[in-house]
Amino acid sequence: MSKKLLSLALTAAMALTLLAGCGGNTTTSGSVSGSSSGAGADGAKGEVYYLNFKPEQDEAWQALAKAYTEETGVPVTVVTAASGTYETNLMSEIAKSNPPTLFQVNGPNGLANWKDYCYDLTGTPVLGELTSEDYALKDGDATLGIAYVIESYGIITNKTLLEQAGYTVEDIQSFEDLKKVAEDITARKDELGFAAFTSAGMDGSSDWRFKTHLANLPIYFEYQDDGIGTTEAIKGTYLDNYKAIWDLYINNSTCAPTELASKTGSDAESEFINGQAVFFQNGSWEYGALTAGGMTDDQLAMIPIYIGAGDEANQGLCTGTENYWCVNKDASPENIQATLDFMYWCVTSETGTAAMANDMGFVIPFKGAQESNNLFVKQDAEMTAAGKTPVSWNFPTMPSEQWKNDLGSALTAYAAGTGDWDAVVSAFVDNWAAEYALLNG
Amino acid sequence: MEKAIKRFWPVFVLPTFAAFLIGFVWPFLQGLYLSFCKFTTIDKAQWNGLKNYLYALTEAEFLHSFWFTALFTVVSTICINVAAFAIALALTRSIKGTNVFRSVFFMPNLIGGIVLGYIWNILLNCALTLLGKPLLSLHAPYGFIGLVILMCWQQIGYMMIIYIAGLQSIPNDYLEAARIDGANDRQILWRIKIPNVMPSITICLFLSLTNGFKLFDQNLALTAGEPNHLTEMLALHIYNTFYARSGAVWKGYGQAEAVLFCILVIAISLVQLRATRSKEVQQ
Repeated sequence: MSKKLLSLALTAAMALTLLAGCGGNTTTSGSVSGSSSGAGADGAKGEVYYLNFKPEQDEAWQALAKAYTEETGVPVTVVTAASGTYETNLMSEIAKSNPPTLFQVNGPNGLANWKDYCYDLTGTPVLGELTSEDYALKDGDATLGIAYVIESYGIITNKTLLEQAGYTVEDIQSFEDLKKVAEDITARKDELGFAAFTSAGMDGSSDWRFKTHLANLPIYFEYQDDGIGTTEAIKGTYLDNYKAIWDLYINNSTCAPTELASKTGSDAESEFINGQAVFFQNGSWEYGALTAGGMTDDQLAMIPIYIGAGDEANQGLCTGTENYWCVNKDASPENIQATLDFMYWCVTSETGTAAMANDMGFVIPFKGAQESNNLFVKQDAEMTAAGKTPVSWNFPTMPSEQWKNDLGSALTAYAAGTGDWDAVVSAFVDNWAAEYALLNG
Repeated sequence: MEKAIKRFWPVFVLPTFAAFLIGFVWPFLQGLYLSFCKFTTIDKAQWNGLKNYLYALTEAEFLHSFWFTALFTVVSTICINVAAFAIALALTRSIKGTNVFRSVFFMPNLIGGIVLGYIWNILLNCALTLLGKPLLSLHAPYGFIGLVILMCWQQIGYMMIIYIAGLQSIPNDYLEAARIDGANDRQILWRIKIPNVMPSITICLFLSLTNGFKLFDQNLALTAGEPNHLTEMLALHIYNTFYARSGAVWKGYGQAEAVLFCILVIAISLVQLRATRSKEVQQ
């Protein structure tokens, strides 16, 4: 009897599994048929599927997509990949039967992965809207990507705290000035109650600020000297300057250099918002988080990252892009057309440009751009207008993620004292050539 | 009943079999094919011959992560099983609150690997800071010890439950008879209990060996392979090969490493199963 009962129970369990499987199928097929019927209704119009790279702008994109659908009836799906998982998401999404029609790559090296999937944008109206050819990403004669946002980074400064320490932002016009101010604040740390720099965290959520963004400066000045835009072997001419600024960051910070390995991006952000430090190296994308944290425009300023190289009197913020839109070549013709129309609408229409300027805080390199309310972006425009030269973004020419990761490890070890600076130099110079060879090998 | 089964077996077997084919066999074969290709997405793969395997077998970091993983697996398997068995022995005696202890020891297993990894990352880094020692991601030996502690903490409770089940299934007659014959506690343990829980030992060794080899989440969250790939285990290494460089060829390398990894895990677990099965006794 009991055996019979047992087999009955097992059978029931199996049947349930089966039903559960079917249930799952029904829901997915339901959603698929839902979207395809949507496409059927607007068959001629096609549809847009945007795989968005920037999690901080997800909400704004969703709202903009909705506005576009209301205006034109073309369905727009926006999916945002979680921070640091864009490549993984893109790889799996693009192999699906309903792939993203609009995705993004992060410059020439990202394009190397995806160029076989990119639609040639030559002659499209949206390309004609670009303010400069420099913002197009080319492969030979084909234009495969277009930059859709220009961003700036530098040292975000809490002016109120700086004044409490007896300085103003105008006092900092060179690396020497920055060093003097930072070391003075450190000397009076207990009396003032705050430190010069936020923690230069080397956790994965924060290390890109140093292994990528800060490392851009020695690369930029070397490229300037040599008059080049990319290289297969970096010389490391300005690595002493890189060391000087890194030493300044780690020795005048809210925490001991040995603890940096475990400090995160949000640690640094909250230290800055809570007034524990004056300087915070980050970019214009951080503006939203800082204002949401209660900081006001009067308190904030962004100053250039001086490393004691080049013409410091005329150095501007680091301004450029690593965000390029690409259209999926393998999408159906009507979906490609719908995507191009959507891009054109985003960068020309009142609604689109307003959303990109205000909700996303972007400066877009298109003719119809509206002025952004982002303070750091405005400051960048002011500095450029005052004759300062922005430092261009050369880090998209770094040979690989591996190169950045190894540089990050070496910097962390140097900061903690378990490694020496020679390891950083080796990670910077030797690895560049090695990784470059692997990239093209 | 048997007649019915004979007639209706396809109804029961085929759905599961189809799921197995679609969900396991087909992707596995596809993965095997891809390991000979260079590709960005799986539908546009180009044949690349044996180059992927040549690369995987000669890469120094892959070999390092193999030895690191092997060492980790041996150490963690021993620690987990010895501790789990000891706790199981303690908790099969009639002590007050046995059930509470069992539940508490089992609980860590309910937390996911990534979460555990970050919790232990914070805990251990905090302790290391207080001691004035380099943090986990700066010193490979600490990273290794950290991983072992983390895995023990997570797995001991689970293995303990399996051992308890094994110990409880030993007939009391055996133990009583041994005692009457004058066997002491040590003799009972080695001659009666351990031979009789051999099936549990087989399962536990199998689980902890394969878990150790396949470890990914905890490795990623606790050390992320730092410093300089020294604590990078096989699964994480494969992941990094796959994603750390752009270009179709790297996906192929990663895929080839993954196939080698799969063969390795299967081979090791088969050897282990055969070795421990032969020691099992019939009750």
